[in-house]
Amino acid sequence: MNARITLAVASRVLTQVRRDHRTLAMLMVVPCALITLLWWMFADLPGDLFDRFGPGLLAMFPFIVMFLVTSVTTLRERSSGTLERLLTMPLGKLDFLLGYAIAFGLLAAVQSTLAVAVSVGLLGLDVSGPVWLLGVVAVADAVLGTALGLLVSAFATTEFQAVQFMPAFVLPQILLCGLFVPREAMPAVLEAISDVLPLSYAVDAMQELVGAADTSAVWRDVAVVAGFALGALALGAGTLRRRTP
Amino acid sequence: MWLDHRWRALTGHRRKRTIQRMMKNVVEVRDLVVVRGEREVLPGISLDVPAGVTGLLGPSGCGKTTLMRCLVGAQQVRSGTVEVLGEPAGSRPLRTRVGYVTQAASVYDDLTVAENLAFFARVLGVDRAQVDEAVDAVGLDDHRSQVVGRLSGGQRSRASLAVALLGTPDLLVLDEPTVGLDPVLRRDLWDLFHRIADRGAAVLVSSHVMDEAERCHRLLLMREGRIIADGSPDEIRRSTGAPDVEQAFLHLVEGPGGAR
Repeated sequence: MNARITLAVASRVLTQVRRDHRTLAMLMVVPCALITLLWWMFADLPGDLFDRFGPGLLAMFPFIVMFLVTSVTTLRERSSGTLERLLTMPLGKLDFLLGYAIAFGLLAAVQSTLAVAVSVGLLGLDVSGPVWLLGVVAVADAVLGTALGLLVSAFATTEFQAVQFMPAFVLPQILLCGLFVPREAMPAVLEAISDVLPLSYAVDAMQELVGAADTSAVWRDVAVVAGFALGALALGAGTLRRRTP
Repeated sequence: MWLDHRWRALTGHRRKRTIQRMMKNVVEVRDLVVVRGEREVLPGISLDVPAGVTGLLGPSGCGKTTLMRCLVGAQQVRSGTVEVLGEPAGSRPLRTRVGYVTQAASVYDDLTVAENLAFFARVLGVDRAQVDEAVDAVGLDDHRSQVVGRLSGGQRSRASLAVALLGTPDLLVLDEPTVGLDPVLRRDLWDLFHRIADRGAAVLVSSHVMDEAERCHRLLLMREGRIIADGSPDEIRRSTGAPDVEQAFLHLVEGPGGAR
């Protein structure tokens, strides 16, 4: 583990993203557009449905986007030979993984700031807890997405396969995270499964922040999400091998 | 001409270390066995690479790339030993002393030449000044601010070669670095390899084109995972009685009748 190398990886990844204007624009604009669409959809309905579904969506964006972006970029890094070259250099596996996590964590922070600003400022999302904590939860979600993306990229040999992991890994988590059906109202088996899926805690943290404003519960959720992210990074490190067959 | 003569000035301090090492081979491979899938790619190969320019010549699929991957510690090995500069291949102290260029250009397509080199220089902990020297050495000074993805194939592989020059490594492992280049560039690159070797480094260059053999101090002819000849181009020609290395190779593979 070496700070110089970790930061070199992070700033290189950010330079690459900065050069890709279209990706950068999508990363920043799409979440804002989608959250506005959600608000508009509920506009003519009575009640505070936007307050119920909005937070969940804010938790999902960074997770889904970073999962996709990371799984494709690291796969490219594996297939282009740049990873093999880096691993013959004094680069530690954790330098590589943390470099990616830092870069995408920063991108997610900007992305979430915009989405939260639009939700709270323009669309009137009612947040009872501190607004900045929404940003913390979003960054944790992004790092989780990055960590899982890094992990699954090891099991894909083409970019087509990497993209298929999105419905396989992410959609079940979206269905079971408690947004559509409260988790305690699900069949016992599904509730138990949703208890071990990280996105459940991410969405829970957002809903807690908007509704109950119990910050200790939020921090507990954030800790669980961070734990999952660290676990995925550790497993991901196991898939980076200096020597390959 | 883009030939750059700063290499010599750059590397004067390495001389002493080199002379101490002259007695010893830079690479020593003993009874190396590598199995990929079902196939025994290297069935127990032994060889030495001294300082100077060594050519690793053989047909496609004979195990050149696998052998080179073993030298840089990227290949899983079943048995045998690979020592580089007196250390086990791929061990930590070697990671700044061995430069490696894969067949495909291992650089980032969406970064400029200068950005690519600056990144790898940071990973290696090498002075930024070396970035400019490496760019000049491979003749890409006019393209340093261009995104690698927009360069020609030959320019991309030279960008990849420039990365391997960072940190003035003591061993350069180059997997078919001259494939697809025009004759002028090929000659210039071979001149560069010789200048790097002149400062005491070992340069191992693989090729499946036998006419590159004459440019090497020493040759390793390889076929089906085995070394079939080892010596200077002169020695190999003399021992087989063939007029050139290509004929010598045929002679070795098919017996005297093969080299018609």
